[in-house]
Amino acid sequence: MRPERFQNRPVRWWSGLEWPVAGLALLLLFNLTFTPGFFHLELRNGHLYGSLVDIINRGSPVVILGLGMTLVIATGGVDLSVGAVMAIAGTVAAQLILRPGFSFPALILASLAVGTLAGCWNGFLVTWLRVQPLVATLVLMVGGRGIAQLLTNGQQIYFEDARLVFVGNGHLLGLPFPVLLSLALLGLTALLTRRTALGLFIESVGDNPRASEFAGVSTRTVKFVVYAFSGFCAGLAGLIDTSNIKSVDANKIGLTLELDAILAVVVGGTALTGGRFSLLGTVVGALFIRTLTTTMYAWNVKSDVAPVPKALAIIAVCLLQSPAFRRRLAAFRRASPS
Amino acid sequence: MKPPRLNSQYIPLVATGVVLAVLYVTGGCLFPNFFSLRVLVNLFGGNAVLGVAAIGATFVILSGGIDLSVGAVIGFTSILIATLVEEHHVAPLLAISLALLLGTGFGAGMGALIQRFELPPFLVTLAGMFLARGLAFVVRPDNLGIHHPFYAEGINHSLALQLDSRVSWPFAATCFVALFLVALVLAHYTRLGRNIYALGGDETSARLMGLPVARTKIATYTIGGFCSALAGVVYTFTTQNGDPAACVGKELEAIAAVVIGGTLLSGGVGFVAGTGMGVLILGLIQTLITYQNLNSWWTVIVVGLLLLLFILLQNVVSALSGRLDNTARHG
Repeated sequence: MRPERFQNRPVRWWSGLEWPVAGLALLLLFNLTFTPGFFHLELRNGHLYGSLVDIINRGSPVVILGLGMTLVIATGGVDLSVGAVMAIAGTVAAQLILRPGFSFPALILASLAVGTLAGCWNGFLVTWLRVQPLVATLVLMVGGRGIAQLLTNGQQIYFEDARLVFVGNGHLLGLPFPVLLSLALLGLTALLTRRTALGLFIESVGDNPRASEFAGVSTRTVKFVVYAFSGFCAGLAGLIDTSNIKSVDANKIGLTLELDAILAVVVGGTALTGGRFSLLGTVVGALFIRTLTTTMYAWNVKSDVAPVPKALAIIAVCLLQSPAFRRRLAAFRRASPS
Repeated sequence: MKPPRLNSQYIPLVATGVVLAVLYVTGGCLFPNFFSLRVLVNLFGGNAVLGVAAIGATFVILSGGIDLSVGAVIGFTSILIATLVEEHHVAPLLAISLALLLGTGFGAGMGALIQRFELPPFLVTLAGMFLARGLAFVVRPDNLGIHHPFYAEGINHSLALQLDSRVSWPFAATCFVALFLVALVLAHYTRLGRNIYALGGDETSARLMGLPVARTKIATYTIGGFCSALAGVVYTFTTQNGDPAACVGKELEAIAAVVIGGTLLSGGVGFVAGTGMGVLILGLIQTLITYQNLNSWWTVIVVGLLLLLFILLQNVVSALSGRLDNTARHG
């Protein structure tokens, strides 16, 4: 018998996914009806092309950032620095590729390591120095882009190296390589959190840090690990983004992507208060945001105006998740019997 | 003897003052013209937008919240005023009042969402940021210079104070200082100010004490919205321009100024005066880096480091005062 307060917890992997999936389905249905050619797929040179492929391809960085962000938010924290960390990791990759004779695997490892290191720094501030997550990651968000610019000396770097270009533009098995990367990361994260006790530890720390400390869970270690992981994800996303545009501009890479990542997590049904998380929900959330963006492009909405519907989506999702709003809605229904 | 807790509250404020003095004196020793009147006036004039925004952020942070919409509201307000004045020939004062009203209403709306539906402030104001920035581009997708005589003559000449033959005190700086004085009174000498402090200190206690928590919370975000809009107005004064893409990331600078000014991000502790000094510190860093011919990215790195330093200082102080509290209680 499960303890009473856990009886309402999701047990099946798909529970809690209804709302995000419904939102995504609604958006796709809209496009099916009103946007001609939205579902058009074609096989060119053995590669799939089309709006749908574009959505999952372009959505990959947000999916990857979102996976890291999900775990951070599940512990009750938040990581604002991911965009800046993307810039640092991308810069490192672009700098190293221009060095003749630097081995490619070492380059990938180096830029992922830089991302992870940045995550460790956030984790260090949050756990050992007990700084609130919002503030701790703000430091790197503000300073990180400066560090990236310092590395490039303020210059844009362009590169043509086929191996690095492949990371963001290549195709494997007919699918864009970033999609495969994000799928692999999703699989890995799901395995680590759902087939080991790590996921339970993360949820317990987010639910009640004191109680989990008393139960023998090392709150510090768990928190440190999730921030490091978020840094790792940001490193990977930075690598993809840099490779995608074959150049790096420390001022632009990953700009405001931290907001998209947080939005993806929230749309996916992970509570900002921590204590529970849904990795698949985040993936659906990230795809929802990307579909929204692509739809607006298909409708010739200027990219500058695009934030408006995004904002309305955030508010709507927040309201639907808010217990206070649900209470009011229920009271309203009771007050006006049909 | 004063109780030790009272003293520890002032440590960050004193540290801010020391940093400000050290920076100013260092600049004066390194560069011959640094103590000139012109540099001082530029320090106020050039940072008026940030100053006004940071004062609004101070109230929000004191109440235990956060406002991420500041930069976007500045952009929206500036382009709204520019479009109304230049394209629709609305009287500038009317356009400014309208913009202030909209900004204030916007803040109140966010406050209402946060309060009524118990939504996290950082998400609601994030949505507010997207909304305001998007709407700014709806108003007009590119920037627009303001050439109305009220701006060209009034703001630049009649309302500026001629200090000596070459240096004049810009009206934008007057706005900053005036708002600063109003904010000082509001924070420390009014009931609303005390309520904001109480709310930030402990919301549950504030509610149990019978303070109007809901009203205070909404009022705080309303003040924040008003200050952001005013910062947008000041932006049009200093640049004679409206720009929908203006001040991206200004909210972070404002938060940095507030934290460097010694206000605790957890709310309840802090000073408007500290924020004023924090703004001047950020301005001085910028000036020093320009004087030193260093690249602009050093500014963000130094600001990041300073932010870190003050966060650590706050931690030490709160740990210290916590220990003092415990000894007072137990021993």
